[in-house]
Amino acid sequence: MEIEVLLRRLAPQVLGTLTRRYQQFDACEDAVQDALLAAAERWPQSGVPDNPRGWLTTVAARRFVDHIRSEQARRRREAAAAALEPPDEFLDPELDGEQPGSRDDTLSLLFLCCHPVLTPASQVALTLRAVGGLTTAQIAQAFLVPEATMAPRISRAKQRIKAAGASFRMPSEREWPERLAAVLQVLYLMFNEGYAATSGPELQRHELTREAIRLTRAVHHLLPDDGEVAGLLALMVLTDARSAARTDEHGTLIPLAEQDRALWDTRLIEEGSQLITTAMSTSQLGPYQLQAAIAAVHVQAPTADDTNWYEISVLYQILSRIAPNPMVTLNHAIAVAMTRGPTAGLDVLDTLRTDHRMTRHHRYHAVRAHLLEQAGDRLAARDAYRTAARLATSIPEQRYLRSRVARIPTDAVEKIGENS
Amino acid sequence: MKFLLIMHMNPQIFESLTEEERNAVMDGHGKFIETIQQSGEMIGTQALADPSTSCVVRVRDGLPAVTDGPYLESKEHLAGFYLVDCESKERAIELAAMIPDAALDGLGIEVRPVMFSAGMEM
Repeated sequence: MEIEVLLRRLAPQVLGTLTRRYQQFDACEDAVQDALLAAAERWPQSGVPDNPRGWLTTVAARRFVDHIRSEQARRRREAAAAALEPPDEFLDPELDGEQPGSRDDTLSLLFLCCHPVLTPASQVALTLRAVGGLTTAQIAQAFLVPEATMAPRISRAKQRIKAAGASFRMPSEREWPERLAAVLQVLYLMFNEGYAATSGPELQRHELTREAIRLTRAVHHLLPDDGEVAGLLALMVLTDARSAARTDEHGTLIPLAEQDRALWDTRLIEEGSQLITTAMSTSQLGPYQLQAAIAAVHVQAPTADDTNWYEISVLYQILSRIAPNPMVTLNHAIAVAMTRGPTAGLDVLDTLRTDHRMTRHHRYHAVRAHLLEQAGDRLAARDAYRTAARLATSIPEQRYLRSRVARIPTDAVEKIGENS
Repeated sequence: MKFLLIMHMNPQIFESLTEEERNAVMDGHGKFIETIQQSGEMIGTQALADPSTSCVVRVRDGLPAVTDGPYLESKEHLAGFYLVDCESKERAIELAAMIPDAALDGLGIEVRPVMFSAGMEM
C-alpha cells in the first residue's frame, strides 16, 4: 500500500486512540499531525515498520506528553507532569492491533469535527485534517488559499471545540440524527468544493472529491443501514462518474446534454445505481437519496434524448416537498419544461421571482434564459443570458453563457442594443 | 468565498483629517490585519503608491506607447486592497466595515467577489 494512503487510513485510528486516552483533542490532534509528518519523512527511506499503527501511536503519544510537559513547565507546574503516564507504559501491545474501538473512533471524530459551534468551512477543514489525515498545506492548496490562512483557521476551530467543552464521544440518541446530518453536510460540501473546480489548479481539487468519497465510504461501511449515508455516497459516486466528460480541452464546462457519454465511468455508475436502489427499497426516503435517484436517472439514459424527464420531475416534486429549497424549485422547473414544455417550466420558475437569493443568482437567469429561448422569446432570452453572465462568478460558466448570447441570431436582437 | 475589499481613496478627504485621525486610521489597519490573520481569513493585502507614479501602456500597431499618470482621471483612486477568503458575502461586508477607511466621511470600501475558474455544469 502506498505510504500516503496508509497514513490517511491510520490517521483517525491513531487520533482516536490518543484522544480516548488523553481527552485533549486539540493537543492530541497536533501530536498526530507531527507523527504523520515524521512517518512521511522517515518511512520512504527506512521502510514501513511492521506495526505502522503502533509506530504512529508511540510517536504521537511521545509528542503529546512532551508538549504537555513543556506547557506545564512553562506554567511551572512540574508536579502535575509526573502524574502523566510515560508513553512506553501506555503502549501496551493490545493498543497496536486492530481493535473494536476503531469503528466508534472514526465516527466520534467525525461528530467532533462537525460540531455545531463551528462554521461549515471550519468543519470541512478540520475533518480533512483530523479524520482525513491531510496536512494543513494540502488543505490550503485544495481551497486555493495560502497555508498561513488555513493554519489559524484550523487552530481556531480546535480552540472553539475546546471552549465549547465538546468531548470525544458518540452523541446521545437524541442528538444523533441532527449530528449525523451535520456530518453528511460536511462531506457533501467537501465533495462539492472539489467537484466545482474545473480548470486551473484542478488536480489539487480532485483531492477533495476523492477524500469526500473515501470518508463517506467509511461512514457507509460503519452505518450500512442508514439510507441517507448510502444516498449521499451514491450521489457522489454517480456525479463523479461523469467527471471526465464535464469539460473540454479549454476547461469550458460541457452541459450534461452535450457530454460524451462514452467517457462516463460505467463501473461507478453501476456502483451508484446499486447503492441507491438498495437504499430506497430498504430505508426511509431522504433528500440525499432523492438527489442520487435523480442523478441515476440522468446517467442511465443512453443518450440525452432518452432521459426520463417525467421520472425526474416527479422526484424533484417529492424533493421540494420534503426539503424545500429554491435550487430544487429551479431544477424542478427544468424537469417540468422537459415534460410539459418551456411555458410550463417558466410558470414554475415564476414562483421564485420574488426570492431575492435567487434573483441575484446566475442560475436562475440562466435557466430562465434557456426556457425563454425554447419558448421562442429570443429578445428576453438574450437579456436573461446577459444578466446571468454578469452574475456568474465562475469563468467557464460565464464563457458558456456569453456563447449562448452570441448564438442567438442578430436579426432577432436588432432592437436590443438600447436595453443593455 | 474570496472577496477583494477595495479601498478607494480621495486624497482631499484624507488630507483634511488631523494627524491624530490619520494615525488612528493607520493603527486601525494594523488591528484589522491582526484580526483577519488570526481568524484565518486574510490572503493578502497591498497598498499602492500614489497614482501620479503610474504609467499606462498601450500597444498600437504592435508598438507600445507609454504615457505617465493614471488610467482614469478622477477624484478617487485605487489605493489598496485586502484579499480575503471568508464564509459568505455577509461576512465580507462585516469585514469591510472593520476597515477604518469605511468610517471616513465621503469614503467607502468596495466588496467585490473574486471570479473562480470553477463552477458546476448546467
